[in-house]
Amino acid sequence: MASIKMQFEVPAKMKTWSLALIAVGLVALVTGLVTKGFSADEHEQTQFWGTLMYNTIFWTLVCNAAMFFIGVTTMAMGGFQQSFRRVPEAISTMVPIFGAITFAVLMYVIFGHKHHIYHWLDTEAVAKDPILKGKSGFLNPVFFVIWTTLTIGLWSLFGWRIRKLNNEADGEPMTAEQGATFIYKNTVRAATFLVWFGLTVGSTIPWLWMMSIDPHWYSTMYSWYTFASSFVSGMSLIALWVIYLKNKGYLELTTQEHLHDIGKFMFAFSVFWTYLWFSQYMLIWYANIPEETIYFKHRVQGPYKGIFFLNLIINFLCPLLILMKRSAKRNYTLVAFMAVLILFGHWIDFYQMVMGSLSKEHVTLGWLDFGILSLFVGLMIFFVSRALASKPLIPKSHPFLKESIIHQV
Amino acid sequence: MAKKKFVVGCFEDEAVLFPAVKKVRAAGYKIHDVYTPFAVHGLDHAMGLRETSLHTAGFIYGITGTTTALSCISWILTKDWPLNIGGKPHFALPAWIPIMFELTVLFAAVGMVLTFCYLCQLAPGVKKHHFHARATDDLFVMAIECTDTTNTDDLQAFLQSNGAIELSVQVAEEGWWFGRYDNENVPFQNKEIVAA
Repeated sequence: MASIKMQFEVPAKMKTWSLALIAVGLVALVTGLVTKGFSADEHEQTQFWGTLMYNTIFWTLVCNAAMFFIGVTTMAMGGFQQSFRRVPEAISTMVPIFGAITFAVLMYVIFGHKHHIYHWLDTEAVAKDPILKGKSGFLNPVFFVIWTTLTIGLWSLFGWRIRKLNNEADGEPMTAEQGATFIYKNTVRAATFLVWFGLTVGSTIPWLWMMSIDPHWYSTMYSWYTFASSFVSGMSLIALWVIYLKNKGYLELTTQEHLHDIGKFMFAFSVFWTYLWFSQYMLIWYANIPEETIYFKHRVQGPYKGIFFLNLIINFLCPLLILMKRSAKRNYTLVAFMAVLILFGHWIDFYQMVMGSLSKEHVTLGWLDFGILSLFVGLMIFFVSRALASKPLIPKSHPFLKESIIHQV
Repeated sequence: MAKKKFVVGCFEDEAVLFPAVKKVRAAGYKIHDVYTPFAVHGLDHAMGLRETSLHTAGFIYGITGTTTALSCISWILTKDWPLNIGGKPHFALPAWIPIMFELTVLFAAVGMVLTFCYLCQLAPGVKKHHFHARATDDLFVMAIECTDTTNTDDLQAFLQSNGAIELSVQVAEEGWWFGRYDNENVPFQNKEIVAA
């Protein structure tokens, strides 16, 4: 492997750009905090904290989806991802960082008693409301804080354990026995992560963090819908980093064949997202019960109409029609373009999921949203590039690496 | 269909087969087909086969299904026989999407199976020539089409030098036909058992 570049070095230009994005984001954050966050107007406050909420939640879930990808492919005894597995690993190092920001924002909302965001925080209203009373075992500050702490803490811990174990793959070549033990340990750690992932992203966390903004409304599809959204965005983020590294001449062992598989994930999970979107929408549309349709009323017929249908076009029609062809999934430029489009589309999706419930009368999408987005993109680029540079790019002693080298679809 | 002459070389290992395929093509011979006991990755590239158009056909069948479902159901429920179902609008698109989806899948699936059979020249009752019975078991069988000027002895020697373990020259009908086996090429010989 003499000719293969094992070590990524962060280009100065990338560092400058990420710092510039962070600076823009910080300006937006401070301006937002002064003009809206500390404003006397409840609407402005709600808009500010809501914007922070959906951005942190989105980016935490997207980065966590990278670890989910590693976990799932490990459990499936997959080999193809080994040549670029340091990329999802590096992305998943963002979970503790974004997780901490999410935690801070959510704790501020809970302890700042922002009942305009979480209506169930208002104890007087809950006492008079039989529906909220019935849900108070789940929707109460104590459970919220404990479960959120556990969730973010264990995502970070289990992810860190998987990454740490994989440092062994940088060492000397393993014997067959060592390799078998290594794979077994990987499987156990991936399984632990996945069980916790299922209990959180697959069920409780989206209900708790986002669906409880509409505390009277519920949908069992909601968590899976959020998961699909975050996983397809996570795959897009992995694709973007892989393409970037390929462009810079790294990741020589990753070829069009691997890109094709990443593209398939992006295509398949876009369709999966649509399936869940439709499953949620059609049942509510068909039953036409006011307590259920209230969620869609202002989204389909109100001010969010444009965003609602834009969401479907970007996240379903575009991936379906553009990524369907084999040659499209093997084209670096097209996959990069679609990855950006999908990330943007699901960011918009998270926007309407949170802000659609917080600001029902008018769409608030504006400088604050894009400013905060730039903050998070900047942070992501800054820390992921650092994480990539901290380790060899290819786990040279991984028992399945050869499978990845000869991978062909 | 016209009968053609083939030189058939059998290989025991795909690692031997790959360079042989490349050399045969480089020497200018036309490979009719390579029969393998399992799907061999990359063999299609080595043989220079063009990408299948099956998926394009599938897409066309699929949108045909979608269009059929949408036009049929919208005509029925808005023009021909409008019904009030639970106060829903006559043009109730969300309710039709499952049906449109099902018809898309049905058209695409059935159409692609039929197209696949046509492309592989398979149909009930169709007989095909077997170049070597062990191609379904453990042997990689390469059939090379001969022209009028092909020297079969040279070609066989060439294949042997490239690792073929078994060689033969066979005359077979190309393509497909109904209802009969070539008697010389029965894959399993029914030997008469004489009672002692």
